[in-house]
Amino acid sequence: MPFLAWAAAFLLVPAGALLIGAFRTQDGEFTTEFFKDIFKGSSLDAYVKSVEISLITALLGGALGFLIAYAALSPGAPRLLRPAFLTFSGVAANFGGVPLAFAFISTLGTVGMATRALDAMGLNPYDHGFTLFGFWGLVVTYLYFQIPLMIIIIAPAIDGLKAEWREAASNLGATSTQYWRYVGVPVLLPSILGSMVLLFGGSFAAYATAYALTSGHIGLVPLKIGELINGNVLSDPHQAYALAFGMVIVIAVAMAIYFVLDRRASRWRRSVQ
Amino acid sequence: MTRSGWFWVAVGLLYFLLPLAATAEFSFKDGDSYSFAAYREIFDDPQFRDTFFLSLKLAIVTIIVALLLFIPTVYWVHLRLPQFRPLVQFLCALPFVVPPIVLIVGILYVYNYQWVPGKYLGSPYYLVPGYVVLGFPFMFFALDNAFRAIDVHTLTEASQSLGAGWTRTLWKVILPNILTGALAGAFLTFALVMGEFTMASLALFNTFPTYINYIGQTKANPAAALTIISFGITWLALLGILFVGRRPGRTAVQVGGGAR
Amino acid sequence: MAYLELEKLHKEFGDFTAIEEIDVSIQAGEFLSLLGPSGCGKTTALRIVAGFERPTSGRVVVEGKDLTNVPPNHRDMGMVFQAYSLFPNMTAEANVEFGLRVRGQSGAERRKRVEDLLELVGLSAAAKRYPHQLSGGMQQRVALARALAIEPRVLLLDEPLSALDAKVRVQLREEIRRLQTQLGITTLYVTHDQEEALSVSDRVAVLSQGQIEQIGAPAEIYNAPGTPFVAEFIGTMNRLEATVAEEGQVQVNGMVLAVTDARGLPRGERVLVLIRPEILDLQRADGAASSALVGEVVAHIFLGAITRVKVDAGEHELSADLPGHRAAELPVGSQVAASFPADGGRVLALSEQPEGPAERAPAGQ
Ligand SMILES: Nc1ncnc2c1ncn2[C@@H]1O[C@H](COP(=O)(O)OP(=O)(O)OP(=O)(O)O)[C@@H](O)[C@H]1O
Ligand SMILES: [Mg+2]
Repeated sequence: MPFLAWAAAFLLVPAGALLIGAFRTQDGEFTTEFFKDIFKGSSLDAYVKSVEISLITALLGGALGFLIAYAALSPGAPRLLRPAFLTFSGVAANFGGVPLAFAFISTLGTVGMATRALDAMGLNPYDHGFTLFGFWGLVVTYLYFQIPLMIIIIAPAIDGLKAEWREAASNLGATSTQYWRYVGVPVLLPSILGSMVLLFGGSFAAYATAYALTSGHIGLVPLKIGELINGNVLSDPHQAYALAFGMVIVIAVAMAIYFVLDRRASRWRRSVQ
Repeated sequence: MTRSGWFWVAVGLLYFLLPLAATAEFSFKDGDSYSFAAYREIFDDPQFRDTFFLSLKLAIVTIIVALLLFIPTVYWVHLRLPQFRPLVQFLCALPFVVPPIVLIVGILYVYNYQWVPGKYLGSPYYLVPGYVVLGFPFMFFALDNAFRAIDVHTLTEASQSLGAGWTRTLWKVILPNILTGALAGAFLTFALVMGEFTMASLALFNTFPTYINYIGQTKANPAAALTIISFGITWLALLGILFVGRRPGRTAVQVGGGAR
Repeated sequence: MAYLELEKLHKEFGDFTAIEEIDVSIQAGEFLSLLGPSGCGKTTALRIVAGFERPTSGRVVVEGKDLTNVPPNHRDMGMVFQAYSLFPNMTAEANVEFGLRVRGQSGAERRKRVEDLLELVGLSAAAKRYPHQLSGGMQQRVALARALAIEPRVLLLDEPLSALDAKVRVQLREEIRRLQTQLGITTLYVTHDQEEALSVSDRVAVLSQGQIEQIGAPAEIYNAPGTPFVAEFIGTMNRLEATVAEEGQVQVNGMVLAVTDARGLPRGERVLVLIRPEILDLQRADGAASSALVGEVVAHIFLGAITRVKVDAGEHELSADLPGHRAAELPVGSQVAASFPADGGRVLALSEQPEGPAERAPAGQ
């Protein structure tokens, strides 16, 4: 199958080659130095920061996306909201990269529309330590694709929540909170976790937005890799391979955590007779 | 609907629309008044045309390659080789989790001057293989859904019993029936390539997204105009999918996670 | 005073009236069924009682207390849904326990009660299974146990058996009735299956297009339908359009038939004479009584102990249920005369009849 050849040549081989590249010097000798380096100093900081930002945007995006999706897609909502939200989300989830950075500069930059509006209310975020070009600015910007991504991924799961469960719970004396605690959230948990892992991956991989927003200065792993590759003469590209290989490990760990959590969260789906 | 429901709907709409409104306003701003000056400046820029059409060409080539690759693959997975499905599905989901930057770094590492003749190394079409890989999930799940919706077995057998060969069956019988899925995959791939920055930038090619970045570092209002244009392209692609007859809810698996 | 009362209950969805000012009162411990064709408003009525739906006007009163504005989780009503209402993430046991848990009952007490209830519905062995590991019938038993666990003031069931196959359906409905009698719990049961309603209820309320056609004991509903709709809907009926003749007589197609029920009606009035198939008798036409209806046998339908013989009698199609050997004497194509005892027919003035029933009851019982 040509497909398998293509996947091997342009996906598996390049990704696998990084494993080799990460343990080699420019001259082709074996070394663990680059790999060890990623657990030290600025590299480690970059991973910590990347993981932090990905975790935060996955959790926030997941929570907000879920609440919005539930509000807009539940059976009680007006008919029109559903196609509107799914379409908007489809667009926003696919809208990213450099233009997204500029959209937020127009909104929350020093003279952005929202900044001006907040300033007029005496709440200029820049007076309170916020900057669009820092960590939290990036979080807010990433949420622009994280929230709609969550809405799209979680929509089928929300559709799967049966009205009967809610009514049965209420009928048995449960409050809305109790329903969510004992039924709604546990039932949705596997889907929510799965979605959040995807969101995590999305943030973790994001390069363009952070690059354009911070001119590459925020020190996330992808930006560091980009710096090393983009002809920084002093650097060794093998450092970049090691960093990229590290990214693969982080993603793999995230997936593993997801599978473990999902197994536990959805015990009830499997037979245990 | 509850009051808190409306609150979250409002939050969602605000989050979605505010940056757009702000960008649009910014793009029209011309000193103290509003005009199309920023757009005019962009459209008059020969670099805009060059990069835009380059990205367009890349998108079209990527789509063609992806379709050639996937239509037979998905067809065979449905018809003859269902045991390959888990493998194919896994490979197609991989680009969802493998960051594009990892992919391009790997590609640059493997396919460098030692392996690839210089004229290909210097051609922007160098990007196409990677773009096809990034588009794996979109194409595969779109086509997979389309094939699932039709009865491949019966159609194939009917066609062959009437004396048609494999290629004829594929072209005349299967293709028209999966057109919607193929178009959905094509539109998503289109949006992906038109916005892909990471690979192009690291491989040092000047495509439309790198042009946007370049403008963004130098001219603020035209950058806003480009953002609106880029957003419009994403809209067109997504509306295209709606237009060819799929409900947005059903494209869930395929949508999202595009250009970052 | 009645235990549960629906007073002038009225519900509109937009400009569609789902329930039209219905009044129902249910005694403590009584089993009342709401019976009617699809879309007549049964579920809506039940959901209003449960509190999931607010009536446009009217009240729901339990033990003299107006519950109309009480939210569902404070009503103490146990509800059994049509299907798929068990919480999928909880075992059978945990499902039954749920109501007690949210009520903050202590663990030991809870456990005991759950055990008792599962035993009551015969599912002790399946306590640790998840809903997807239970058959449809088992799931509904768990749902029943779950509803009973909270010792509800009223038990509400919305077509709890309709997703099950015929055999389980009969078995389970008897079990529901047995439990209900044993526990003495006031029960409101919704079904579109007349056989089900008649076999388990103390009383049946027949609904049509949001209105109550008749409320009464099953035998009353069956034997003395109060409206043509009820007559049509419950069981199978032979309908003869007739004119009142002499005292206690009606005229059908120029032939005079004796019907006790026609007494006291003004002569010349257009009426409907209703006769159950098991009341109608058939004879070979040659030896027939003079007042009988005559026609040709067109079909035999085997129904087990009896055979339903269909007769084409000109304007009327008649059905008569005969023992097998008698039906065998009247093969398809033979000329027969139909007759019935004078007190076997029921007469309804034709003016009472609405446009026609929304849906015909399936033949056979
Ligand atoms: N939420 C609603 N909005 C609008 N119309 C409704 C709503 N719920 C019910 N209806 C309408 O009210 C009527 C009665 O519905 P209901 O569900 O009570 O019928 P039912 O007697 O339970 O029928 P079935 O036997 O099919 O369950 C139907 O015509 C239905 O279309
Ligand atoms: Mg109903």
